[in-house]
Amino acid sequence: MPVEITKRDYSLVGKDTKAAEERGLADAQWYACNISRSRLKELMQRKDGPAIRDTLIWFAALVITGTLGYMTWGTWWAILPFAAYGVLYGSPSDSRWHECGHRTAFKTVWMNDVVYEIASFMVLRESVPWRWSHTRHHTDTIIVGRDPEIAVPRPPDLLGIALAFFSLKNGPKEIGKMVMHCFGRLNPAEATYIPDVERHKVYRNARIYILIHASVIACAIATRSFLPLMYIGLPSFYGAWLMVVFGLTQHAGLAEDVLDHRLNCRTIYMNPVFRFLYWEMNYHVEHHMFPMVPYHALGSLHRELKDDMPKPYNGLLEAYREIIPALLKQVKDPTYHVQRQLPRAIQPVTTHAPAAMATA
Amino acid sequence: MSDDWIEACQSGDIEKEDVMRFDQGDRTFAIYRTADDQYFATDGLCTHAKVHLAGGFVQGNIIECPKHNGRFDFTTGKAKAAPVCVDLKTYPVKIESGKIFFKPG
Repeated sequence: MPVEITKRDYSLVGKDTKAAEERGLADAQWYACNISRSRLKELMQRKDGPAIRDTLIWFAALVITGTLGYMTWGTWWAILPFAAYGVLYGSPSDSRWHECGHRTAFKTVWMNDVVYEIASFMVLRESVPWRWSHTRHHTDTIIVGRDPEIAVPRPPDLLGIALAFFSLKNGPKEIGKMVMHCFGRLNPAEATYIPDVERHKVYRNARIYILIHASVIACAIATRSFLPLMYIGLPSFYGAWLMVVFGLTQHAGLAEDVLDHRLNCRTIYMNPVFRFLYWEMNYHVEHHMFPMVPYHALGSLHRELKDDMPKPYNGLLEAYREIIPALLKQVKDPTYHVQRQLPRAIQPVTTHAPAAMATA
Repeated sequence: MSDDWIEACQSGDIEKEDVMRFDQGDRTFAIYRTADDQYFATDGLCTHAKVHLAGGFVQGNIIECPKHNGRFDFTTGKAKAAPVCVDLKTYPVKIESGKIFFKPG
């Protein structure tokens, strides 16, 4: 019997927004696995060392591949270094944007902020609107009508997903928003999560981004060469594919409108190279449950919590063996989703309240 | 002792560089202990999303909200980093006979 397709409203100002609020799904309390306060405190400790090391390696790799690209420009050999440069520019910038946005990557606050601004530019995300968008994503993870970062609304737009591998869907949208922000305007969805006091920063930063992009385009025109654009601007498109390969695994095909990150996020075991590029965001359930824990401690947090977690995926391949069929099913039946098996029945939702609590 | 002062806990009930939740009636507070054994008190909920700060992370004079990583200087209540924009209310604290008192006002 054919399933009737009811399209849900994924906008932040539509009928599902109201429905989510009425159902108590907005600003709700989420399930949190049990962990002692003292252990959590250990895991929350911030360090500069790992992120400085990783950032130096990242930038060094960009310089090396960029130099090789320059040296081979004009020959077919240039494809190889620019393929590497592009993916290093357009994909790890997502995880750097993410971790530094939470200000957990480095212990030193300004280091988080500097890398956040650079990575935001590289990944073609305006730093201020996306900080607020991501805040909402953490408040209302995959709650329809509330979460602005649902990557695969149902029914899935398969062409849109394919285009996303080279930022051909979101990229132009982001540039459009950037231009709009230059003129001092927000769209209605942004107005729901960006407070008034932050809006001047949105407009200021958009003008800076546009100025940089315009300068690079002017440089390309002046030198009659695509080369400047191969370094800044275009890699946000041609190097985005690995970000999408990683990013789709976070929530695609899983449940909507649940208050338990174990049901709407994936934790995937990955090799050390992928974990470096993705900054351990493969431990995605753990990150959502305890966003104060820095990326370099997520593996340890995972080991603490794994008995109360669904079975992790053993690599990207295993995850995509689930995701691809799930998305294909959702095209015909948007109500379908993967049901994660919890190790035991869902317990009542708990708060992040620490062990120590006194009452008058 | 003035009736305005409320006993929150023993000084040793909070670890160094940590925070404890204290509820009184329908109000909730956060009591902090710094690395050099100073004590502070603020409202217990983050001004951004009303999450209990007592689940957060104390580093120096900063309390980081457990939900969205917003930061306050708990000695002054000043909002230090997005997504918090509104300052936190602070309350006077005193220690007497190893007990922590604060004045919620």
